Amino acid sequence: MALKSDRMTELSAYRDQHFGGSMDNQERKLKEASTLYIGNLSFFTTEEQIYEVFSKCGSIKRVVMGLDKIKRTPCGFCFVEYYDREEAANCMRYVSGTRLDDRIIRTDWDVGFKEGRQYGRGKSGGQVRDEYRTDYDGGRGGYGKAALKQLSAGKEKPRYQQWVS
Amino acid sequence: MSGSRRRKYRDDDEDMDTSHRSSKRRRPDNAQIEERLESLITRVGEKSTSSLESNLEGLSGVLEADLPNYKGKIIKILCDCAVALPEKITVYTTLVGLLNAKNFGFGDDFIIVLSKSMREFMKANEWSKARFVVRFFADLVNCHVIDVASLLSLYENFVAVSEEPDIPQVRSDWFIYSVLSSLPWVGCSLDEKKGEELTKLMKSIEDYLGKRKKDHVPFLRVWHGENPHEQQDYLENLWQQIAKLRRDEWVEKIIMRPYMAFHSILSESSVHSLPPFTPPPHNLELNYPIPKVVFRMFDPTDAPDGPPMPGPLSIERYLVEDQISSLISTYFRDRKDCAAQLLNYHAKKQIPLNYVIVEVMFGQLFNLPQSPQIHVFYMALFLELCKLQPGSLPQVLAQASEMLYERLEHMNLHSSDRFVNWFAHHLSNFQFRWSWEEWTDCLNVDVDLPKPKFVIEVLAKCLRLSYHQRIVESVPETFAPLVPNPPEPIYKYGEEGAESLPGYAIAQTLCDLIKKKGSIEVVLEVLKDAPNPKDVDGMEDETSFNALKIDVFVQVLLYLGSKSFSHSFGALAKFLPVLKELAVNEESQIYILRVIKDLWRNHSQRIAVLVDKLLRVRVISCPAVANWLFSSFMSSSFTRMFVWEILHSTINTMNKHVKGCETELEEARQSAKRPDDVDMESDEEDRYDITKAASESKIEQLQEKLEGAQSEEKKLFLIIFQRFVMVLGEHMVSCENKGEEFRTPWFIHAIQRLQQIFLVHYHQVVKYTTTLENLVFTSDTDPTILEVFTAFRSLHS
Repeated sequence: MALKSDRMTELSAYRDQHFGGSMDNQERKLKEASTLYIGNLSFFTTEEQIYEVFSKCGSIKRVVMGLDKIKRTPCGFCFVEYYDREEAANCMRYVSGTRLDDRIIRTDWDVGFKEGRQYGRGKSGGQVRDEYRTDYDGGRGGYGKAALKQLSAGKEKPRYQQWVS
Repeated sequence: MSGSRRRKYRDDDEDMDTSHRSSKRRRPDNAQIEERLESLITRVGEKSTSSLESNLEGLSGVLEADLPNYKGKIIKILCDCAVALPEKITVYTTLVGLLNAKNFGFGDDFIIVLSKSMREFMKANEWSKARFVVRFFADLVNCHVIDVASLLSLYENFVAVSEEPDIPQVRSDWFIYSVLSSLPWVGCSLDEKKGEELTKLMKSIEDYLGKRKKDHVPFLRVWHGENPHEQQDYLENLWQQIAKLRRDEWVEKIIMRPYMAFHSILSESSVHSLPPFTPPPHNLELNYPIPKVVFRMFDPTDAPDGPPMPGPLSIERYLVEDQISSLISTYFRDRKDCAAQLLNYHAKKQIPLNYVIVEVMFGQLFNLPQSPQIHVFYMALFLELCKLQPGSLPQVLAQASEMLYERLEHMNLHSSDRFVNWFAHHLSNFQFRWSWEEWTDCLNVDVDLPKPKFVIEVLAKCLRLSYHQRIVESVPETFAPLVPNPPEPIYKYGEEGAESLPGYAIAQTLCDLIKKKGSIEVVLEVLKDAPNPKDVDGMEDETSFNALKIDVFVQVLLYLGSKSFSHSFGALAKFLPVLKELAVNEESQIYILRVIKDLWRNHSQRIAVLVDKLLRVRVISCPAVANWLFSSFMSSSFTRMFVWEILHSTINTMNKHVKGCETELEEARQSAKRPDDVDMESDEEDRYDITKAASESKIEQLQEKLEGAQSEEKKLFLIIFQRFVMVLGEHMVSCENKGEEFRTPWFIHAIQRLQQIFLVHYHQVVKYTTTLENLVFTSDTDPTILEVFTAFRSLHS
């Protein structure tokens, strides 16, 4: 009987478009995984900090920091692999939505790390979300690429200045 | 397979002709109805626009109509709810009462099923579920389902367990506790109808409590010494509360009693007798809950306004604690839901709710030997509660933190470690804001005292969650002496004056070589030239290995891989063969660890992950780690938290290894028993024999591997305990020689670390009780040290 909710560990709607397999297969793998994708990190958050926070849920097998494809510097995400799925589930329950370096971090199930996935997929090298972001985010390299483009074109400057303050 | 299942299904379907109503079509309907019943029943008593009474009345009407067809299912759901949603026990007892009033047979069937499941819970060691069943039965007396005499005889049978010969105390404790913990529900009717018998029952309980051993109490206390909150044994405290409740004529304001509204309906119905129940006899398969002590931190005066905190002898304190704990164990998987449920507690108007929640949560977090849930759950739940009650909860939590800090001197070290971890984690979620100025009393005193120690450890943990500059800026300048050093490596061969070191030249060569991606062979070649100094400081046996080789190689390798954890791991992985060659025996392994500590002395987290990695790749052994931690090189860090975290994690790694070997062997045995995956044709028999022989030799190998792992685990524990007894004993002797008191802050700290090993690794250590008694904790051991061992043994007696 489903008396007790465990909704924090349910799969989210997000699916990696680069999975390269059927949706069913992807979903099955996500349901067995013990790897998590961690998002909304500051570019300054280190692997050490990731270890400290995430080992509160269990023993970490490895951490793979997400890097800017071009600059090879952290670009705000990582993968954390645990030895057991239950440890990863605890992370979904108790770490997702809490703060690290003052940012609310998000965790999501991942089918497991594969070489190449540590790099940002945005045109400029970082994550795609930083391409389209139009706000200023000091922890993620300042303005989003889209905002920068507009700024350099000299358009709508007053609006952004207002956001900075 | 599917055919037989379908047939079975049809058999269940009475003898009705099912030709035109195939099971395929009927099943979903059935399932739908059952699902609807489940949802209706589980949700009753939740927040609703109409009153609980009208919901109960409505639901009992619906269920009455479904009883003819779905009686079994309804009983099953109600029985599940009885133990899974204990905070709503009285809602379900009332519902059962209403159904019993409408359908006499229902009540009888229900109590038979629930009584059976109580027995099953006991056999399956699900003691808290069994306890909730007892409480459910008690409240069914109020709902006119069970007659009071049969409940009384259940109680008498439970109390009679205390007379059984040769049973562990934890067994009789549980039966007594179940009776006491259900009495607040039914005490009033019991007293009214069976006053004399109740007096007799309570007399037997009192007698039992009088002769009960309480050696476990000091071991499990969060607070020791003189403290405003004496931590009583849980049974003793509950006994006093019940005795007081009886004197107060069973008046309390916490239990929800929805059956009162249905008095006229319920009093018309006929009652049933509980089927006679004798507790399952004691056997070694039964693991009873270990005893507890009661944790309290607030007084009635601590909550400034609103309803006061019920006093420690009031049953209301117990009832709210018990119900808040139940809510936590029901909803712990979903912290948002859990926080909402706690803040919506039904009796919130009668108590200072925030204070109760904070006290219960800290009680669980600090509970010894283990917390009911993993620590990060409490951290997350506190954050959630702060989010939902931003105007009031953070203040209560801050007040609690102040109180805990003030009482650190009386706090069990194991609990205070958890306090450190929670506090640092909490600060990291609130921009490290804290009124440190209030805690300046931790400055300018012996740093081994609990307060400065706490602040040092908190700041060290904050550093791990953040970065050095941030921590420096978060505390007043006066706190500088307690702020950790920047977590950077100290590379011996790069320091000023390093040229004169004997390994300098080799270190330079090695450094260049590794940077140029030199091969393992070349590296080994360079190391071969390292001289074997006869006088490396403090080495016990300089002939067993070349210390300089290790020093140079490990310093250079880890320095080059110092940029991040990944770099360190990469370096280790690449030169693993070199490390394995250097780590030939335990002394050399200890030396490797010593060099790691030397290089990373300002980065305890790095030391911990490196040790963990080296254990996993089996460059170093668990006993080597233990010997290193107790060695003289580590004595300056002996009372630091990271040292003990490394030791506990080493023990866990060892234990996981043993368990892994057990599983492997078990699997090999199982697959050997199943020869059906081998083709058994006559001409294949030879091959079968070969396979069989191969699997037998594999089993033998695994058996040996397991025995090896077990003996290593035993060795590990023996080393730990022997070295503890040595180090504590040496301290006592040296104090005695100097004519000084041996209970220094260091000693108090160290002996609690010994206690912590017993507490954290209780289940592993239990296996070695006899060995330890014969080899380590003998009659020659100093009584102060022996006391720890005696208390540990009392936990399972």
